[in-house]
Parts: sequence; structure tokens; C-alpha cells
Amino acid sequence: MSIFVPSRKEQRERMLEVIGVERFQDLLTPIPEDVRLRKDLDLPPPVSELELRKEFREFAKRNTAADLICFRGAGAYDHFIPAAIDNILTRSEFFTAYTPYQAEVSQGTLQAIYEYQTMIARLTGCDAANACMYDGSSAAAEAALMAIRVTGKKRILSAGSLNPRTIDVMHTYLDNSDFSINEVPFLENGLLDLSAAGKLAEGGAAALVIQYPSYFGLIEDLEAAAELIHGQGGLLVVVADPVALGSLEAPGHAGADIVVGEGQPMGVPMSYGGPYVGFMATSMDHIRQMPGRIVGRTEDRAGNTGYVLTLQTREQHIKRAKATSNICSNQALMALANAVYLSLTGEVGFAEVSRQCWHKSHYLFHRLIEIDGVEPVFDAPFFREFVVKLPVPAEDAEKALLKEGFLSGLPIPGLGSGAMLLTATEKRTRGEMDLFVDALSSFIKGVK
Amino acid sequence: MEKTIFRHSCPGNTGVALPELDVPETSIPGKYSRKAPIGLPQVTENQVLRHFVRLSTKNFNIEKGVYPLGSCTMKYNPRMNEYLARTENLAAVHPLSPDETVQGSLEIMHRLGGFLCEITGFDSATLQPAAGAQGEFTGLMLIKKWQQERGQGHRNEVLMPDSSHGTNPATSTLAGLKVVSVKSDEHGRVDVEDLRKKAGEKTCAFMLTNPNTLGIFEGSIREITSIVHDAGGLNYMDGANMNAMMGIARPGDMGFDVCHLNLHKTFSTPHGGGGPGAGPVCCRDFLAPFLPASGVRKTPEGYQLLDKSGKSMGRLLAFHGNVGVLYRAYAYIRLLGREGIEEVSQVALINANYLKARLKPYYEVPNDDGPCMHEFVASGAAMAKKGVKTLDIAKRLLDYGFHAPTIYFPLIVKEALMIEPTETESLESLDEFVDAMIAIAEESEEKPHLVTDAPVNTPVLRLDEVKAVKDLALVEELEG
Repeated sequence: MSIFVPSRKEQRERMLEVIGVERFQDLLTPIPEDVRLRKDLDLPPPVSELELRKEFREFAKRNTAADLICFRGAGAYDHFIPAAIDNILTRSEFFTAYTPYQAEVSQGTLQAIYEYQTMIARLTGCDAANACMYDGSSAAAEAALMAIRVTGKKRILSAGSLNPRTIDVMHTYLDNSDFSINEVPFLENGLLDLSAAGKLAEGGAAALVIQYPSYFGLIEDLEAAAELIHGQGGLLVVVADPVALGSLEAPGHAGADIVVGEGQPMGVPMSYGGPYVGFMATSMDHIRQMPGRIVGRTEDRAGNTGYVLTLQTREQHIKRAKATSNICSNQALMALANAVYLSLTGEVGFAEVSRQCWHKSHYLFHRLIEIDGVEPVFDAPFFREFVVKLPVPAEDAEKALLKEGFLSGLPIPGLGSGAMLLTATEKRTRGEMDLFVDALSSFIKGVK
Repeated sequence: MEKTIFRHSCPGNTGVALPELDVPETSIPGKYSRKAPIGLPQVTENQVLRHFVRLSTKNFNIEKGVYPLGSCTMKYNPRMNEYLARTENLAAVHPLSPDETVQGSLEIMHRLGGFLCEITGFDSATLQPAAGAQGEFTGLMLIKKWQQERGQGHRNEVLMPDSSHGTNPATSTLAGLKVVSVKSDEHGRVDVEDLRKKAGEKTCAFMLTNPNTLGIFEGSIREITSIVHDAGGLNYMDGANMNAMMGIARPGDMGFDVCHLNLHKTFSTPHGGGGPGAGPVCCRDFLAPFLPASGVRKTPEGYQLLDKSGKSMGRLLAFHGNVGVLYRAYAYIRLLGREGIEEVSQVALINANYLKARLKPYYEVPNDDGPCMHEFVASGAAMAKKGVKTLDIAKRLLDYGFHAPTIYFPLIVKEALMIEPTETESLESLDEFVDAMIAIAEESEEKPHLVTDAPVNTPVLRLDEVKAVKDLALVEELEG
């Protein structure tokens, strides 16, 4: 007997009588006998909330990762999340509502999304934003498809310094059609090889997709990249880290045509990989090729301001096979988390988060390269994340540090066996970083 | 009208105070630094709370009243699932944590995959797809890869009925496949003869929702799936309507080869105002090698996260799916257990048939040739003579304190009202909904302006969607 099903035997019988059948089985007549399930489902018996809490506590105990001090990023970041966000997210009015198709009873969601779009547009330096994509990587893939629609060209240039997971997702989305992706190499200093990009762009390309800061944390020259790809009739797509945009110039102000990124760092828990949220912003010139939902301001019959889903003729429920994307359900509640986070931190607090990430990651970097044998891999400016080369295999260091209570940086075998990608957010204290550096230092000495 | 959050700004205010910076500063090169302020709000925590709570009061939601959106399965979202999914050690783990440090998350994912395979009658599952549409994409890619592997890569057509969800054709395009529409017969079911004509050597896959989007079970399902198999294609089930079928019939027993499920429909996870959902995909053994990254395997040493390898279709997202949503769906199935899960579909069917029987004297129900499943499609076409459209009926329902059904879908029914009550509505609330629908039918006859002027009891009156497109205003102008 489910605690979420209010009708009991007596009500069900009354309903069956009104329907005009004798028993429930009579409702199944449209289902041929040969496809009916002839057994009980093999599922465990029901448990109570009390028992289930115990079960979840057992699961939680075996998630020891939560107790580690985290120096790992590579696409998901351990930022501080103010308690007030969950307070708003768990209001039934927000979390149990459906997509705001009936605008007159969805003004809460719609206005919040409109405010989210405004914040993302301002953060990225673009005219407008959608609400929203599944995550940063699928947003990058959708941006590549959008650039193909805008330019009519079928070739994408992607930076070799994109998060490899983003490159994977772009392939999953693009390889099905006659589109191609050419990878642009990076230089010895880790920055994108613009002259190689120039050669690859000859003959035209739909877009150059670069990450800002790159997978290695490096700050790319967006203006030069924009000039290069615009010269070939393509768009500049920037996969941006939103926290970096609290310190660094907005891609939209440096020539980017589409700016996408992962919204997780803005108030969304790491939650073993999801739910996250992808943002996407662009100029009004390209808005009709944008995928996903968009909210617009309008008026009601009395002239009061209100908000509705708009430009819906781009979407699958109207355009079907010719839609800009197949996306329907998105990650709206996570977009709301972003909006509340950006409201709480605001102009002052968000810049402070970004500034602290800058200084702390630089402190960690300088402490690490003081260790005998640890060297920087690249020498370009970085934000929040960087690669160093350890004199020992990075996987061995990872295992040793795990025993000391640290989630180390991520080993990057492609850059050599000692290469490790590390991050320090505003949450890491000087004390934690010093302990981490000491632990790594003694491990390296022990190996030697 | 509520002022936007930007209009509450007071320079210097913030709602978050971080600890003082405890490391030396390193200068940020001027060349890269942001030149102008961003334009974010400058407000305190209490102002943020007041703003968003005031906004929230303008939303309808499942705890406020009946939400009979057809095809969306707006059932109650158990509160305890929210509590459980927020257990700190589940919510605070990095996606690239070593397997041995996330055994709790991996076990939940592994067990959930097993539950979903049992419910659908399939062998393998992936939990990575973020939503139904991404599940559809996954399913078509599995089929496409399988066709390519057996030297049938030229098969580029996806057959689907004209009543299909919009995501089905849109997904086919994304998968690089061509849509071929199959007619519905006079009862709203797949026209088997038309399918037979169109299935052939170019058929890659057939996509079908069953029960279909009219809430009708496709009685010829074995014949339909055989036609497709005989033509060399595979059968994909859009699992949007699985709430009708649990413990009653399984896609795996109907001749389907793969299906997705919407955890935010059938398995009670909240829809969040548009997402996040989750669209796991279950399939037969022979399609499993093509599944995307992030499967979970049980080994003697513990649970292991699998990366993409060999024939895998690749990666759909950067990480392992909407894991927080998976926790909730797992909790739901555990709480209900076998009996509870079976009861869900039984009561969903009773509630839908009850509404159909009560509303039929007042609203036309086209294609009504027997019991419906968990939903049915009525039509507002009869009200047209008084100038009342289905859109007006929907808006008037808002005045009566109900959410509107899905309207104008499926496209094959004129002035469609697609009604799905779900099992979590009581008889009392169903009767209240019926009373409102009857009142609106009478108003349409006697005082149609009450309906065409609706809504009037909502935070705003009817909104001008044409103006929204004509005078695009997608962001707030910078103040000052």
C-alpha cells in the first residue's frame, strides 16, 4: 500500500462502477494476452522512510570521497555553496513545477529564468542567453551545430586544449552527419597554435571552438582567435569557465560569437557529475539559430509586464525534424541555482570568489614548484587550474595522497607520466594547501 | 508585477561573505582583466530570499493542485527523496573520484539499472542520458551503430507515427537519420498497412510510444514490431508513458529492442520548472556493446565505473548523468517495492478511465473505442461554435485553481486536450477537476466571454505571445 496513492479499495470500486466495468482487469482488454506480464516484477519489497534513511546512510559511508580535501577540477569544481540556495530550490513552487507552458501561472519560474538569462548575458558579454543546456560539454556540441546552421559550413575547428570530455561529446553529436571536426594543436607554452589554426581554417570553417581558460587553465588570446576565424567566415565559440569571468575579460567583448560553459561552479553541488547545467549566450544576430528554451518579456491584456517562453518556432514541439535541437527537458532548476548564486554573491561577492581562486591557485602553484623535482609544464598565465610535472608517476602520487586524505589533481598521461592538473578554489585554506604540499613532498622524497 | 532582482541593487551590498584571503596576492595581468563591472545585482541574503520567495508564489505546482498534463506524468514528488538525495556524502563528491571512494554512489546506480531493466524487460541499461530526448538519441545511436556493424549502414530512415512526440523527429535529425511518417488509423493507432508499405531496406528503426500519445494501447504491437524486424529494422519505444505499464506489460516482451524511461515522469523525480530529468535507456544484450560511457559493473573488488571503450557510441555528457536524479528514482522504487510499483500503474489507469467516463458527456473524446490507459485525449472542438478554443478552456482552468492539460497535442486530434491525472490524485480531487471542466463546458455555452477572457484569477492576465516575439526583450537593460 503506497503512501502516495490516496484512493483505497472502496474508492477504486466506485470509480470502476462509474467507468462501467466490474474489475480492474477489465481495463486491460486493449492489451493482448500474449504481451501481458505473467509474473510479478522481481523487485525488492517496500521499505519505510526510516529504513531507507539507514540504507542511504550506509551508501553515504562508502562514499569516502566526500571527506577528501579536493584539489581536482577538470570540469567540476569544489566551490562554496551558500545555504540559501537550497532553501529556494526546495520550495515546491520551483522544484515541482513543470516547464512553464502555462505562463500565467508560471511567472515565478519565467521571471527567474529571465533574470538568469540577463546574468549570463552580462557575465559572458553577449546580447542574450538561453535557459538552458544539459551541461557545459553538450552545450559546446550544440554551439558547434548552431555555428554550422549559421554559416552553412560543415567543418569545425576544435582546440586540442579543450577538455577531452568536451571533445568526446562534440564527436557524439556531430559525427552522425556529414560534419567534421579538425583538432588544432597547442604550442609548447600550452596556448593554442594560432598559425596552425589559420592553416586549418583555410577554405572556410563554421567555427573555432576554444576553452577559456583552457583545459590546462591557460588564458587564451580570444581577440586573435576571433580575428582569425572571422577572416574565414566562421564563428568563434568560447567554452568559458564562469568563475574566471569574474576576473577576466568577457569573451563576448573579445569577439566571441557564441559563449557556452558549465554552470556547476555557480552554486551547484558536484554530486558525482550531475545534475549540472550548461549555459549558452550569443548575439541577437544569431538568436533564431539558438537551441533550447528562451524567455521573453511581454505584456498581459491589461498592459502589465509578464514573461513567456518565446521564439518557440525553433523548438522540437513545433518544428519537429527541422528544430534547432531535440532538447526538451533541460536543467532549469540548476539554472535557478545559478541565478540565486549570482544574486547572493553579486557584483562584489562574485568578483571576490574569482579573485580568491586566482590567488589561491597561484599560491598552490608556487608552493608546489618549490618541491625538488616538481616543474611547471607551461609558462602562460593561468586561472584557478594549472599543470605541473612531478618527478614520480602522477598515478602513484594520486594513490599516496588519497591515503593522506587528499583528492589530488588529475593525472594527465597525455602530457607525460608525471603530469598532474591541479586546482584550488576559494574553499581551500592556506593550511590545507600547506599540508597537501608537505604530503606530496614527502611522498616524492620517499620514492627517491 | 515584481521588480527584477537588479532593481533591488544598492552599490556595495552582497549576500555572501567569504573568509579573508589567507595567502599572498599575485597580480592579475591587466591585459586579461575584466574592464567593466559585470552588472550583477548587489543585494543582501535576506533581499535575495524575499525576491525569490515572492516570485515562487506566482507559480502553480504539484503540491498546490491537480496538474493533469498529458504525457508529462505530473505525480507527487516525495519529500523524503529530496532529503535522501541531499545526504552530504552523496551530494559532495567529485565526478572524477577514484571508484573505491564512491562505492555508495556506484551501488545505487548499479541497483537502479537492474530495477529499470526488470521493469522494462531488458538486459542492460545506461543511466547517462540527461533527459528523454537524450535517451532517444542514445537509443537511435545504438541501433545505427548496430546496423553499421552488420553492414547495413545505408539504412537511414526512422519510421514513426504522425502522433509522435516532437522530440522523436528532432532526435532522428540529430542522429543523421531521415524521418518517415506512418499514418494513424481511424482509431488513433498505427496504420499497420501503411507501416508495412513503408518498412523496407532503408529502415533503420521504428519509434513508437506505447501506450501511444492518445493514451491508447497499440493492440497490434507484436505484428508491428515483427513487420519492422522482418524489414531489418529495430524497434525503439519512447517510454514517456511507462506510468501506464509497470507490472502490466513490458516493452521487452512486445518486440521492442530498446527504450528510454523518463525518471522525472514515471519515477517521481521533480521536474524543476523544466528539468533536470533523467532519460536512462534499457536495451537488449546485442545492443549493449554500443552503450555510452559511464556504465557501472559489479566486480569481486567492488563496483566499477566503465569508460567509453571499443564499440561504445561515446559520451553524451562530460560526466555520468544526472546522478542526483538517479538517487531519487532509486529511493522511489525502494519505498514502493514491487507491490507499490504495480499499484502505481493500476491506479493511474483507473483514475484516467474515471475522468474519461465523467467528462465524456461534456467533451468529445475522439478515438474512444474502449478503455484508455493512463491518459486520454478529449477535444474542445465542439465549443468552437461559441468562439471558444481549447486554449481558452485551458486558461479558464487556471482560474478554477487547476493546471491545464496538455493542449494541441497530439497533432492528429483537433483542439486536443490531453489529460493525465496520475495515481497520486484522490477521488475527491478528481471530482473537483471534473466539476471545473463541466462548469467551463457550461460557461462556453452560456457565457463564452468568461472563458475567452480567462484567466482573471492569476498573477497576470493572458499574456501576449505575439508581442514577445515581435518586440524581443530577452534580457533586462542595464540600469543607469
